[in-house]
Order: sequence, then structure tokens, then C-alpha cells
Amino acid sequence: MITFDHTTKTYEGGVTAVNNVDFTVEEGSIVVLLGPSGCGKTTLLRMVNRLESITDGRIIIDGQNSMELNQIELRRKIGYVIQSNGLFPNMTIEENVMIVPDLLGWSKKEKRDRFHTLMELIGLNPKEYRKRYPHELSGGQQQRIGVVRALAADPPVMLMDEPFGALDPIIREKIQEEFLQIQREVKKTILFVSHDIDEAIKMADKIVLLRGGEIMQFDTPSEMLAHPKNDFVVQFFGKDRAIRSLSLHTVKDLQDNIGLVDFDETIHDTKTININQDLRNTLSMLMNQEADQVIVTDNNDHKLGAVTIDLVQKYLHFEIKGKPAASQKG
Amino acid sequence: MNTKKLIGNIVRYGLYALVIIFFIWAIQNQYFNNIFSQSSTFIVLLTQHIQLVLVSSILAVAISVPAGIIITRQRFRRAEWLVSNTVNFGQTIPSLAVLALMISILGIGFKTAVFALFIYSLLPIYRNTVAGIDSIDEDLIDAAKGMGMKPSQILFRIELPNAAYSILAGIRTAVVLNIGTAALAYVVGGGGLGVWIFTGIQLFDNGYLISGAVPVTLMAIMADYILRGVEHIVVPKGTRRSQSAET
Repeated sequence: MITFDHTTKTYEGGVTAVNNVDFTVEEGSIVVLLGPSGCGKTTLLRMVNRLESITDGRIIIDGQNSMELNQIELRRKIGYVIQSNGLFPNMTIEENVMIVPDLLGWSKKEKRDRFHTLMELIGLNPKEYRKRYPHELSGGQQQRIGVVRALAADPPVMLMDEPFGALDPIIREKIQEEFLQIQREVKKTILFVSHDIDEAIKMADKIVLLRGGEIMQFDTPSEMLAHPKNDFVVQFFGKDRAIRSLSLHTVKDLQDNIGLVDFDETIHDTKTININQDLRNTLSMLMNQEADQVIVTDNNDHKLGAVTIDLVQKYLHFEIKGKPAASQKG
Repeated sequence: MNTKKLIGNIVRYGLYALVIIFFIWAIQNQYFNNIFSQSSTFIVLLTQHIQLVLVSSILAVAISVPAGIIITRQRFRRAEWLVSNTVNFGQTIPSLAVLALMISILGIGFKTAVFALFIYSLLPIYRNTVAGIDSIDEDLIDAAKGMGMKPSQILFRIELPNAAYSILAGIRTAVVLNIGTAALAYVVGGGGLGVWIFTGIQLFDNGYLISGAVPVTLMAIMADYILRGVEHIVVPKGTRRSQSAET
């Protein structure tokens, strides 16, 4: 758990980068710091492992005031991932991943075992990659290594500074999925910096939206999209925030809440969609008019019903916007 | 790419041919005879030459590498212009002038020659040390700090290995230059193979000239070759390719 308690950072010239920030990252959850460039999100992140000093207020990590801990020991207990992966070109993949365990004085066998576990976590063959150097890997692989390096000594807390920002969109999405999968297993307390709204919505349990070093809103992604607190939040998420919010819901949510329509056997031009697909992709598919009918299937390819634009709209109206369903039913 | 290679090969083999022609010419005229007829003198001069180069280079490395490391520490950054300019100044004075100046302080002999050569080697080594450390990506240092490395661990595990190529290149440049410049030690009575070269010049005697100059040249080539070998061993594998790609 990380608690920010009136945390403030003022630079020597009097510029305030972070102003009186108050929020908590719950155990095992991901909080995304989101905002335009220069909003202080990276500074705030770096204050946690004291790469930036704290001018006022406190940061409490697992019940301890970060300023009262030894700086070096504190950092070794916090996983740190940066955008440019930060792998050391002079070290092999194994040496890179095992840096913190090495600093902590783990035995050779412990390190080898841990390396194997971690590489399997990201689906890379440990034997194949052990002796290779970072420049021999693709950007996506390097970033995966950067992530497991932060996990190496099993730190309870992780800081991630736009970890997937330098990757191309396809790889980025894949690694995001992969990381969420890993997070479901390891359940770290994660503070994550991003400037990408879609990434934030996808990764976050809660989002901290910052502007000029101040919190504009601290909420779950769906709350923030459905009930923006002020004009800045509205503006930041843009006019398409309703569409964005659809990516938080799946076809299954729609089925559970308002049900699907029966599919028409006589229409031949059909496409199928998995029930776990999110509604944003579903809507895109519907709007693209790829087929006359879109049929929803479960994981065993059983046809469950059809989905239409009307249904998605209805769902958006009742469930996401939170308008009372009863009065609208007709 | 292929035409480039072709031109490169033509130039290279052309040079080899010139060198061979030179050697045939020199051997036919018995210009290397001095090495064999006065072999004891030759060995004394050669030893002197090697000593001059070794002592001055080792001193230069011992001073400039630590200086480069210290000046790249955040605390001492402000002094960088001072140190850099001082070292630069050492390089801008003509080598003969340095020698002459040193005579007035240290007198004539080996010490004076070593000191002048030492001053001359400082800049390339210092420059490359600083450049090598400065060229390391800020993000690497940031990642290292963020993972809880101590400053000394950052220096020895990250900075020096990644700057090794540049530092060694500086040392190589300095040593090779030094071997050539050491021929001037004769002027201040420092000995070395310069004795034969200058004798040859003064007597218009190609025999002395070539018996002195060719070994110096071979020494420089050998030193370059050996130090490249050292580079191959010392520079970490992972940084080697990225370095060669840059240059």
C-alpha cells in the first residue's frame, strides 16, 4: 500500500511540480497517474523511490514513512520500470534480470531458479535468452525483460513510468494484456504513469488525473468516464468518452443486464464475436457493417444470440450513464 | 556497399605494395645494416624508447582516467571547464616547446622526456574517459539508481564497462602517438631510437635514418594491434556491437 499524505514538491525556483497530493494505492491494485505532459505525474512517481525529494507532506509505503527508510534499501524493495527499458547493454539478459537479487546477495542457485520462473512468466525460453545481450532482442522482448527485472526480487510495490510508451500499438496492446495476466497472479501494488487514455482505462483499478501538480479527480475509470468531476476531466477524456467507456464492459455484461436478441437463421452474412470481447470493439464491428448480423458465441463456440447497435446504445444508456432503466422501458 | 569494399581493398593492397617496395629498396641498399652491425647499441636505444613510452603512458593513464571519472561525478561537474581547459592547454603547446620548457625546469635527460610525453598523453585519455562516461544514456543511470545501486556500484558495474571502449580507444591513441613523439626525446638527451633518426638526418645517412625510423613505425603498429586485442578482451560483449555500429 502506498499512501500520499499532502505530498508536495517545490523546485528551488519556486515552481510547484506536485501540490498537496492525497490518495492511496490499495494493496494489490494498479493506480494510473494520468495527465498532460508537465502535469507532474512522473515527478510524483519518482518521489516514491526518492529519485525526487519531497518538499512537504509524506509518502507512506506499507506503513512506513519513506523518508525514514534507508534510501538504497527502500529502492531495492520497489520494482522500477522505465519507458526506455533501461537494460544495461554490458550485461547479459540473466545478469540484467538478476540485478536486484544480486545486490541483495542471493545465492547462485536462488538466482538461477528465479530467473527461470520469471522468464516462463513472460513466455521466453530461459536457456535460450540467458546468455544473450539486450541489443539482440526486439523492442517488445526488451520491455518484457524490463518488467520482469522489476519483479525479480518479488518487491511488494512497483513503479512503472510509461513502461509501454515506446512500443508500437500492436505489441503494446499485447504486452498490456500479458502484464495484466501476470498482475492477476502476482498482485503487486502498482503505481503506473501514462499519458495514454486508453491504456489508463485498460490498466487501472483507479486513475489519478493530474493537472499542474494537482489532482483533478481520483476515481475508477468507469466512474471518471461516467461522472467527470469538472470541465478539465470532461475535456481531457474528450467527446468520445462514452465510446471509451465501452471498452470497460464486455458483451457478457450486456447479456447479463439487458439480454441479447435472438439471431435470425435465415441471414447468411454473419460474423461471430466472443462473449468476452469488450463492447468498444463490438461496436466498431457493428459500425463497420462487416456483416448483416453479429452473433455472440461463448468459449465453446455455442451461439448465444445476436448483438445490435441498438442494444449497445441501450446498455450505454442504462448501465454506464446510470439512468434509471425502469422509466425508460417501453 | 560493394564498390566501397572494392575501393577499400584497392587502397589497402596498394599500400601493402608500397610498403613491400620500400622494404626491398631499403634492404637492397643495406639500410638496415646498422641494426645488425651495432646490435648492442640498437638494443639499448630500443629499450630506452620502450621505457620512455611505457613510463609516460602509465603515468598518463594513472592520472587522466581517475581525473575523467572524478570530473563526471555530479559534485565536481562545475570544475569541468577548468580541468578540460588545462588539459587542452597542454596539448596546444608544440611538443618541441614543451621539451624546451622542461629542460629549463628538469634539466636534460630521461625525466624531462618522460614528463613531456606524459603531458602530451593526458588529453586523449582524459577526453575519451569523459566522453565515454558522458555518452552513457541517462536512463541507464536512472534505472540503476532506481533499483538501489550505490554510486560506487553504478560506477564499476554500469559506467566503466559501458565507457570501456571509449577509454581504451583514448589510451590506444595516446600510446601510438607517444611512440612517434618519443623519437623527439633525443633533443633533450632522453635517448631512444630518435638518436639514430636525428643522426641520419644530420649526416644525410639513410642507413641510420631507416634503422631508427622503421623500428619506431613497427612498434607503433604493434602497440596498436596489441591494444586492440586488449580492447577485445576488456570491452563487454554486449556493448561491442553497438559501439562499432555508432562509429
